[in-house]
Amino acid sequence: MAFKQVSSPHAHAAQNTSNVMKLVLLATIPGLAALTWQFGWGSFINVVLASATAVVCEAAIVRMRGRSISFYLGDYSAVVTAVLLGLALPPLAPWWIVVVGTVFSIVVAKQLYGGLGYNPFNPAMVGYVVLLISFPIQMTTWVAPLALLPAGTAHPGLIESLQIVFAGYSPADGVTGATPLDVFKHSSGLLVDQVYDREPLFNQAMFAGAGWEWVNLGFLLGGMVLLTQRIFTWHGPVGMLGALALMSIIFWDSGSSSSPGSPLMHLFSGASMMGAFFILTDPVSSAVSNRGRLIFGALIGVLVYVIRAWGNYPDAVAFAVLLANFAAPFIDNYTLPRTYGHTDRRRATEKEED
Amino acid sequence: MSRTWVTPGGVHPPENKHQSVTQPIGQLPIPEKLIIPLSQHIGAPATPCVEIGQQVLKGQVIAEATGMVSIPMHAPSSGTISAIEHRPIAHASGMLAPCIEITTDGADTWIEHQGISDYEHISPRKLIEMVGNAGISGMGGAGFPSAVKLNPGRQRPIDTLIVNATECEPYITADDSAIRERAGEIVEGIKILSAILDHPHHIMIGIEDNKPEAIEALAPHVEGTGISVVVFPTKYPSGGEKQLIYILTGKELPAGKLPADEGMVCINIGTTYAIKRAIIDGEPLISRVTTVTGDAVGIQRNYDTLIGTPVSHLLSHNQFDEQAGGRVVMGGPMMGFTLPSADVPIVKTTNCILAPSYSEIPDDEPAQPCIRCGMCAEACPVSLLPQQLFWYAQAQEHDRLEAHNLFDCIECGACSYVCPSNIPLVQYYRAAKGEIRQAREEKVKSDHARERFEFHKERIEQAEREKEAKRVARREATQQAKADHLAATANGATNAPATAAPSGAVPSSSAADIIAAAQARAAAKQASPEDQRAKLERTIASAEQRLKMAEEKLAEAINSDTGKQDKLSAVVENTRQKLEQSKFKLAELTE
Repeated sequence: MAFKQVSSPHAHAAQNTSNVMKLVLLATIPGLAALTWQFGWGSFINVVLASATAVVCEAAIVRMRGRSISFYLGDYSAVVTAVLLGLALPPLAPWWIVVVGTVFSIVVAKQLYGGLGYNPFNPAMVGYVVLLISFPIQMTTWVAPLALLPAGTAHPGLIESLQIVFAGYSPADGVTGATPLDVFKHSSGLLVDQVYDREPLFNQAMFAGAGWEWVNLGFLLGGMVLLTQRIFTWHGPVGMLGALALMSIIFWDSGSSSSPGSPLMHLFSGASMMGAFFILTDPVSSAVSNRGRLIFGALIGVLVYVIRAWGNYPDAVAFAVLLANFAAPFIDNYTLPRTYGHTDRRRATEKEED
Repeated sequence: MSRTWVTPGGVHPPENKHQSVTQPIGQLPIPEKLIIPLSQHIGAPATPCVEIGQQVLKGQVIAEATGMVSIPMHAPSSGTISAIEHRPIAHASGMLAPCIEITTDGADTWIEHQGISDYEHISPRKLIEMVGNAGISGMGGAGFPSAVKLNPGRQRPIDTLIVNATECEPYITADDSAIRERAGEIVEGIKILSAILDHPHHIMIGIEDNKPEAIEALAPHVEGTGISVVVFPTKYPSGGEKQLIYILTGKELPAGKLPADEGMVCINIGTTYAIKRAIIDGEPLISRVTTVTGDAVGIQRNYDTLIGTPVSHLLSHNQFDEQAGGRVVMGGPMMGFTLPSADVPIVKTTNCILAPSYSEIPDDEPAQPCIRCGMCAEACPVSLLPQQLFWYAQAQEHDRLEAHNLFDCIECGACSYVCPSNIPLVQYYRAAKGEIRQAREEKVKSDHARERFEFHKERIEQAEREKEAKRVARREATQQAKADHLAATANGATNAPATAAPSGAVPSSSAADIIAAAQARAAAKQASPEDQRAKLERTIASAEQRLKMAEEKLAEAINSDTGKQDKLSAVVENTRQKLEQSKFKLAELTE
């Protein structure tokens, strides 16, 4: 009798990477639903188009690298990247925006670095930033939320949306508009209360900006699901949202004309919740230890606020995440956990213990 | 109820313990052949003291302990020694090792043996000796000789005795069923241990809450003994020595320390039973409780198994279906290792033979890339970063691995268990540890070689320097002598006629003249006191110089710790003595 030789452990938990990725995809549904409800079919089209592009790109590169296509597509990581990019892009953006961004994300930011697990930067955010810098007009044209559409009009239907995206039809008047963060960017001279009174984006809203608060609540819900499923720990999201809240409280400036906006608006506007639960939680490009992830998240929170308040861009999650990706190895060096039986934490480069 | 502490990390794999405790501990027929490996423990293998063809009785010593850290082996049943040779043994590498084979006679005749019941009146030293002679080594995992563990050659007294009844590995129920059926004897064993260790303040039996029957069985026996049964929530790997110490005491065993350094002794509960049998009944360790489980065997239960029983004997008596599963594991599903074949014997540390079916433990999926999700770090019981260790292990970055405390990894497998990418992390760590150990050994070797070479070079240079110094001294002496001679002849020209004339004129006035001439030559040769002093002063100066150099070299050698200090300090001492002599002569001369 000869038996199979396998090294321990022999038992394995049922979890696998494909399931993790699929769960992340499912968790984006509340956010996508809120986007579709508040801003029309644009985001849905973005997501589908980006996913299709990503699968084609991933398959092509994996084939070029001589690997098994079915094995690598089976991990769903390309689809996750594409869905996150599609959700971040402005609804009803021209199709080539979506395709160019996705190609850059998958081919350059992910596969050229070695594929899943080896990319130092968040691929979706690399794609987003490339588009934002290259095509600022298309990237800053947002659809107006449901509540702000002119009376009697609605968002374009699916067919009409497809025509806008693929055939370059112009959307009807009033369908596009500013975002809450845009409004604050360009509202110097007004007190926060005045902005809230005058701007329909705010006076039509519950607490943070019409439409956007729903989208952020959707991503928050999805994020909570992932948290309870232990797909990631609380450290990154809490670090970011905590730092963002703290910054916006410190610089709230009691609502004066130079105030960059209220904490609630910062937490529930733009990509705050999506960033906190879906972008910075990308484990590949973040710091590794729990303490490291807390610091990593906090760094992103601070950067987001700094760029929003004093930078040139109304939103800043993508830039903040990429900057923090740069810092991750540095953070890792100083945030090793204390091992059982050791009195101190070590540094990653420190061979001898003090 | 004592307080317990919670370790970080840990996992909750399906326990699968109920299958094997439906029946009491069973007894199998004596196998035809028993194979006793000479090394079933940590330390030196035992030395055979029997010959092929020799009749042995049950309990007879067949191999003696070799040195301090070793244990003897006993015949588990009566029969004839039929082979002493290398056989496949239960080892992760599938290696061969020296074994003694006994062909049993079925009579199972005991050798004459006798225990002692009043162990309280026996000295601990004697009790420890008895434990050692009974061939007892730790039965929980590593197999460390118990007598060595109990030996009082330690700096501080033992104030805590921890009995490990955790049995945290899934499937295994050997300790559980032993406690259920033998609680009285186990507690007796703990009392013996307490006597050996001079009655520690705290005696705790640590046990997980998934063994209520065992906990209940222990309760009446520990009542009034001062032994506390500490129950804590089930979590893998609570039964690791370091983990259990933390759970029960809230103290971490400092890295590189043994429990004894902290005043603790940690011992497996199966070992306490063996100790009881050894002391009270006089029986050596020749059998143990082993769980036979997994869906590939038809009967899942515990057996009191003779050491040396081939695994095939256990499997065939339990309706093993070879087609049902691909692997047979010695130990549990988390830390056990697969057996190369069923010919290997049960040893003193074998708590379980697990024959899982494919549906229980399927073949491994291919590994996907690590996405650093961190689930492994959440599961690690010693707070390592397994994902980083994996990364550096792949890159063979040994410095980084050591900085990330690779050597604190207990190889419990919790990280691999949770890894969603199916990466065999533990295997990478084992390989990396091996590589680092090898690199260290090679470094020590090359350091030795370099030192030897440098010392050799230094010695040759030193000899060369000494020769050169002698040459210089000789040359100087010759020149000096010439100069003196010239001076002497110049002086002699004025007052020489007295001596020179008679020698020429009266050749016959021989003896006296010859002596006088010799004396004159000697006087001429012997430098004037001034010259002598000058020469001595030179010698002193150069000796001082040499001494200074030698001392510098010695200081340097001490600083850089090259191992040449002894040699160099001898040189310094030598030079100093010479200098002293010269100074003494000079002083004499001055007087």
